[in-house]
Amino acid sequence: MSEIIRWTAAELGAKLTAGEVSSVEATQAHLDRIAAVDGDVHAFLHVNEHALDAAADVDRRRAAGEDLGELAGVPLAIKDVLVTTDQPSTSGSRILEGYRSPFDATVVARARAAGLIGIGKTNMDEFAMGSSTEFSAYGATHNPWDLDRIPGGSGGGSAAAVAAFEAPIALGSDTGGSIRQPAHVTGTVGIKPTYGGVSRYGAIALASSLDQVGPVARTVLDAGLLHDVIGGHDPKDSTSLPDAWPSFAAAAREGATGQVLKGLRVGVVKELPDSGFQSGVAGSFHAALKLMEAQGAEIVEISAPHFEYGVAAYYLILPAEASSNLAKFDSVRFGLRVTPDGGGTVEDVMSLTREVGFGPEVKRRIILGTYALSAGYYDAYYGSAQKVRTLIQQDFDAAFAQVDVIATPSAPTTAFKLGEKIGDPLQMYLNDLTTIPANLAGVPGISIPSGLAEEDGLPVGIQFLAPAREDARLYRVGGALETLLVDAWGGPLLDRAPILGGTR
Amino acid sequence: MLARIQLSDDEVTQLTGQLDAIVDNIAKVSEVATPDVEPTSHPIAMHNVFREDVVGQTLTTAQTLQNAPDADGDRFRVTAILGEEQ
Repeated sequence: MSEIIRWTAAELGAKLTAGEVSSVEATQAHLDRIAAVDGDVHAFLHVNEHALDAAADVDRRRAAGEDLGELAGVPLAIKDVLVTTDQPSTSGSRILEGYRSPFDATVVARARAAGLIGIGKTNMDEFAMGSSTEFSAYGATHNPWDLDRIPGGSGGGSAAAVAAFEAPIALGSDTGGSIRQPAHVTGTVGIKPTYGGVSRYGAIALASSLDQVGPVARTVLDAGLLHDVIGGHDPKDSTSLPDAWPSFAAAAREGATGQVLKGLRVGVVKELPDSGFQSGVAGSFHAALKLMEAQGAEIVEISAPHFEYGVAAYYLILPAEASSNLAKFDSVRFGLRVTPDGGGTVEDVMSLTREVGFGPEVKRRIILGTYALSAGYYDAYYGSAQKVRTLIQQDFDAAFAQVDVIATPSAPTTAFKLGEKIGDPLQMYLNDLTTIPANLAGVPGISIPSGLAEEDGLPVGIQFLAPAREDARLYRVGGALETLLVDAWGGPLLDRAPILGGTR
Repeated sequence: MLARIQLSDDEVTQLTGQLDAIVDNIAKVSEVATPDVEPTSHPIAMHNVFREDVVGQTLTTAQTLQNAPDADGDRFRVTAILGEEQ
């Protein structure tokens, strides 16, 4: 195994800039790693055959004296929900098999402009509906910590790719926790930015009032570096915020000094008691808080009485918006078309195409969504869910009047076994209990590894939430805690993951 | 059906049970959604977003049709729009 793949994006970027390694070497090292372990992990749906050409181009530009960014030449894995001109984009669905986008998503275009090397497209639950990647039409991804367990979802492919050292950084999308919950179960870092902080142009829409694109990485600094590349206003996305953003990499570096913890008020939600979490998850969470407290942080109990309605509201709003967004898969303009034997009208073709092209979770949610939006039920379901959104926002407002950040465990349990919850949608939905409120309110959230659960030795994440537009605060706090933890562990958590590509 | 998905009998049976359980669970939103609470459609309030009324960068016909299941070179081709009984 080449040492190159163990470097963080920041380290690799520095060595590329210094000329100690070329982008072709770095890209080849990651391609070799994918070839060696992805048969077991299955993080990738597609490996980019143009990656080495792109790397050679960056090397040429660097040799010609061009002033390139900090990440130029660094490989990047891209969640398949983001459209790319040089690779297929399927969003994990059979209905988009082989789809080639005529344009790049804005985040992909920005990454390309910054010299990042798109190394492949990562696996995900179909149209980002799921918490385990088991609903991918192309087979599940396996957790690098235990190949019999889920890597989280929907962005399990991106999280597993960075955890398995197949790429140093990746792009994800988070509608109810799809960046943060996979980070939790794979011992990696993931950020859902403030709603509107990163462009969604070219992100295949799931639920437009909830979706947000963000970085996936092994360190807080790497996430910040990638966030700096992809973030900021995009006129092609009308929901994109026109704000000027500070450097998130600078925030992560500042956080690493630990000063931010002195006097930091950290809110712990009364309505999320330890009894709602696996004991090792709660244990790791409290140990992390203690460490912060020892450095001068103040732990404050806060109340968020409406968080418990979050999952219910989410499973009304998301299906409603998804049923509308997925109406475009109509067998006419792109994607699969299945014609009934003996022909049929456009409507017959459409219905059969959607029957064949969509998997079970997508069907479930589309039907739920059309039901929730139908005449007679709209006010009781969708209307009420939108009111819960207001109440959750008010809970956040009240909390952030008292504290600087809110901390929760990132998910209720460590990685469960593949197949364990696939037949029980309600159990699957509860995975996102602690991550959903941020999407409903539009506030940013980060998950960083807090340790391993005592009972099963699997990774646990701690989530921090900040007020809207205060993403930099999360990088400071995340960077501070990460530094303390890595010092305490004597090295990154992923050093303790099993070696892949051995005897299996 | 509004969803435009032709389901098999088995799927209908399975979905009916699952959706009943899900709907029972999510109906709890009405417990706190009292008339005095304003609904929120968008997490961060934004008002009309305008741009200059000039032609932007658009896709060519060839790009637009490149992923079409069926096309005649200029247009998408579909099967009959109306059934016989219509």
